[in-house]
Amino acid sequence: MEIIQQLVNGISLGSIYALIALGYTMVYGIVKLINFAHGDVFMVGAFVGFYSITILHLGFFLALIISMVVCALFGVLVERIAYKPLRNATRIAALITAIGVSLFIEYGTIYVRGAQPEAYPSNLVPLKSFEVFGVTISGQSILILGTSLVLMVLLQFIVHKTKIGKAMRAVSHDMDAARLMGINVNNTISATFAIGSALAGAAGVIFGMYYTKIEPLMGIIPGLKAFVAAVLGGIGIIPGAMAGGLVLGVIEALVSAAGYSLWRDGVAFVVLILILIFRPAGLFGKNVREKV
Amino acid sequence: MNILKQAKFFWTSIVLAVVFSIVMQFLIAGGTLNQFYVNTLFFIGINIILAVSLHLIIGITGQFSIGHAGFLAVGAYASAIMTMKLGMPFPVGLLAGGIAAAVAGLIIGIPTLRLRGDYLAIATLGFGEIVRIVFLNIDYVGGASGMTVTHLTTWPWLIGCVLLTIIVIVNFTNSTHGRACISIRENEIAADAMGINTTYYKVAAFALGAFFAGVAGALYAHNFYIIQPSNFGFLKSFDILIFVVLGGLGSMSGAVIAAILLTIISTYLQSYPELRMVIYSLVLVVMMLYRPQGLLGTKEITSFFKVGKSAKGGV
Repeated sequence: MEIIQQLVNGISLGSIYALIALGYTMVYGIVKLINFAHGDVFMVGAFVGFYSITILHLGFFLALIISMVVCALFGVLVERIAYKPLRNATRIAALITAIGVSLFIEYGTIYVRGAQPEAYPSNLVPLKSFEVFGVTISGQSILILGTSLVLMVLLQFIVHKTKIGKAMRAVSHDMDAARLMGINVNNTISATFAIGSALAGAAGVIFGMYYTKIEPLMGIIPGLKAFVAAVLGGIGIIPGAMAGGLVLGVIEALVSAAGYSLWRDGVAFVVLILILIFRPAGLFGKNVREKV
Repeated sequence: MNILKQAKFFWTSIVLAVVFSIVMQFLIAGGTLNQFYVNTLFFIGINIILAVSLHLIIGITGQFSIGHAGFLAVGAYASAIMTMKLGMPFPVGLLAGGIAAAVAGLIIGIPTLRLRGDYLAIATLGFGEIVRIVFLNIDYVGGASGMTVTHLTTWPWLIGCVLLTIIVIVNFTNSTHGRACISIRENEIAADAMGINTTYYKVAAFALGAFFAGVAGALYAHNFYIIQPSNFGFLKSFDILIFVVLGGLGSMSGAVIAAILLTIISTYLQSYPELRMVIYSLVLVVMMLYRPQGLLGTKEITSFFKVGKSAKGGV
């Protein structure tokens, strides 16, 4: 039964990774940029959630929504200021800018509020644990999983059923052709950043609730792992990011369960290198031949 | 005639560099320079080696690697094990650091250099993190609390390694092999079609860069009394990357100048670590927005003295 318990933990953790990975994969799919600052948007989301719970005394769901809105605006701001002028620059320039933005958000936060960690208030939502077939499933895991699932379904709906989703798919397929068809490419890209950042903000609040400790540099490792998850599922593919996040979460939980919890952070990167070597297009990706 | 001029220039620079190092040696030994300046000087030297070695991988061969701190860590730990655990003299440690890092470069380079662009970047980043986590979990080298190392890095060793690195990499760049590497940077498919063994040259440049990063690691370990896995996180990789990019991708003198300038700036801002990182990141973003080619672009500093002649070693 221990193993099922660990699987449940892994899936909870994995759904957080999946939420962050979605932002990575959407942004990469549309502008081919590894948005290193995405992990820091996640951190900002956690802090916004924290402050709206402790200072504004809001409930979990309201805090979640506020955090998503603030992060969406923040993501668009970052995109407009830092990434938009670089749309035609080299990939390396864009990547360096992303690293710079990431460092700026991290250390700007430390500069403004200090590096001390904060403890998330526990028992935000009255939760009961469930016992299913002898396995105790904490109400928290169910809440995390439920929230993530709702958000992912919402995302699928937006991408496949709305006008902006259609525009996003068109731009990621061929930016120039989309522009010729009268799609406002800049707004579409901003919308992608907004949606991705909102998901990261939600992940931040959920993460804070799950781990109870947040600090300004907390976004680095989950951000990198979420990127691994995005690559694992095939970068640019939305269902791939979800699956990749869940798989990664489960792998980590199993490694911890096997008694190697100190190696947990390493495993994600070993998975990354293996997947890049043997199946660089990812689990859900198609191999694309390079043309001259 | 041109070759003669080049040789003359080469030997003049060597003589100047040797004179400079001897003068500095007297200044340091005589105590004219205070400890603060000496430390900064050592920092600069180590950073120059790191910047130049990464310049070979990114600037010349065009392989975007952001795991350079991993090689630094391998070199630092390998040399520290040699001198502290096995009681070998410092030169053996230096060499061992370089060789261990070069082997690590081969192991990581052969499979991952088939990847391109962003994927290679992420794979090398992952490699850097794996190295850090491995050292964190090995009790033999002290785990998270690190390993104490005696101070053995002296000015002659340091400047010797810096000069050696620069000479080897300049000569490599100007050789047949270097031109092959540049052709890979410019267009890998075209280089392949011209009969260049792209995998071989990519791996060779990667291993050579890793070797010098390992040497820098050895100097680093024996300069700071203690090495900890947390010193080699991916922020360190970014620091090195920033030297290369700010200096101008493809310009070695640019990398050297950026390493010197940024080391001095960050030394003076040491008492304000947060502010330092904020300024650092702003410089990075502003630089990329307004001058994405870096300080010198692909030009070398020497090309500014030769009026009317085209730049060498670059495009």
